[in-house]
Amino acid sequence: MLKVTNLHVHYGVIHAIKGVNFEVNEGDIVTLIGSNGAGKTTILKAISQLIDKSDGDITFLDKSLSQYKPHEVVRIGVSHVPEGRHVFPGLTVLENLEMGAYYRNDKVAIKQDLQKVFVRFPRLEERKHQVAGTLSGGEQQMLAIGRALMNHPKILLLDEPSMGLAPILVKEIFNIIQEINQSGTTILLVEQNANQALQISDKAYVLETGQITLSGLSKELLNNDKVKAAYLSA
Amino acid sequence: MELFIRQLINGLNTGSIYALVAIGYTMVYGIIKLINFAHGEIMMFGAYFAFLLAFTLSFNLPFLLVIVLSMSFAAILGVLIERVAYKKLRQAPRISALITAIGMSLFLQHLAQLIFGSTPYVMKPLIDTTPVVLFNFAIPKLTLLTIGLSILFMLLLSFFVLKTKPGKAMRAVSQDKEAAILMGINVDNVISMTFAIGSALGALGGIFYAMTYSQIYPTMGVLPGLKAFIAAVFGGIGSIGGAMLGGYLIGIIETMTKAYISSKWVDVIVFGLLIVILLFKPSGILGKNTKEKV
Repeated sequence: MLKVTNLHVHYGVIHAIKGVNFEVNEGDIVTLIGSNGAGKTTILKAISQLIDKSDGDITFLDKSLSQYKPHEVVRIGVSHVPEGRHVFPGLTVLENLEMGAYYRNDKVAIKQDLQKVFVRFPRLEERKHQVAGTLSGGEQQMLAIGRALMNHPKILLLDEPSMGLAPILVKEIFNIIQEINQSGTTILLVEQNANQALQISDKAYVLETGQITLSGLSKELLNNDKVKAAYLSA
Repeated sequence: MELFIRQLINGLNTGSIYALVAIGYTMVYGIIKLINFAHGEIMMFGAYFAFLLAFTLSFNLPFLLVIVLSMSFAAILGVLIERVAYKKLRQAPRISALITAIGMSLFLQHLAQLIFGSTPYVMKPLIDTTPVVLFNFAIPKLTLLTIGLSILFMLLLSFFVLKTKPGKAMRAVSQDKEAAILMGINVDNVISMTFAIGSALGALGGIFYAMTYSQIYPTMGVLPGLKAFIAAVFGGIGSIGGAMLGGYLIGIIETMTKAYISSKWVDVIVFGLLIVILLFKPSGILGKNTKEKV
């Protein structure tokens, strides 16, 4: 469904991504794990066309994504929940969700999707007229995910959804990710919390300083000695 | 008491003009963090457009049509300025964009001088000037119209920004550009729309300003432009409600100074106020303290 081939990205003179290849099959949860600065966020931004790649190709449903402008990527079914949530702090919860369906015009279907988001995240319905900047971190993460779902995505790109959350909320967020996947959305998950990410995903890639050093089925990587030592030691 | 109320009405008149112009400063700042110093020149061009439409055509256009057409031309001018001069500098350091804005302001002043000459044009009021008697006060029709139309346009703007989809997209872009792109919002179009609306309202302010002081000349936008900028800072730069409030407050402070202190002190007090605000409450009356959130 999503295929990244020989991806290179430069920030000025810094060679941040050095020839990365990976693939996400429809219906899967695929995770990219790695430590801070490995290039996980850069890869997601390259997929969303927020930054320009210097070489390689990214295709979604066999179409090259580089033909799209950054704001057009969402229209073909790619929703990106950025690192640090990036909700619109001065807009209400409801307005944030409306922005998630910005380019859509099917009013009836939008209403149905809004109801689905509220069923999945009852807290958001309780707070729908509250300004998003006043929500707690966990609620903002739910809002960011809910907002991305309002686009009716075929694939959801999640960047560090567990970052800065209390352990109990982390568990809840990972449960929600699994539920979203079970209802038919493919997921590419970028995480530092390798343990949780490997437990809910089908396939995994380990990223180190811009290169993929290890890949395989998630349950195999959970028992891999190298992974255990480097990422699961806690 | 009578003098006070009379001055208050005058203050609302001037304040309406400042508020209309201040909105343009604050909207543009809100969306691209740029003080558009060419905004006073858009105000000036708006007045010239109205003059040309009202007095040089062989047929008479109705007053409202003159206003709407001038506002539309100014909107196009504003969008052009952004596309030509500011767009390329969006990622550049803010100081580069600011210097460009000052350059654009000077360019437009001299362009106007080249086209229209430096001799002021006499702007007739465009509507009949018989006063209307309200509660024993004779108020010029122009004053009522200035205040009424300004408030009407500000209400329309508020409705647009708060309730419509493009208005919400505009707020979304001003709060988080990258997230707005991820929502599928075309940020370039939203920025153009912001310049268009701000310029149209600035032109309306310019037309009223020209009618109130009955003159149009290439540098007419400089002083009211600066004062409207102070109004925007006073109210809280980036906040549309703040720009409206700041505009009226500056207008009233100015006329009260003229009436009760001395007209020589007006500019001293208004610009002194800017220094005081920047010293004690740089975020303005309605501005939020921007905290860096990680």
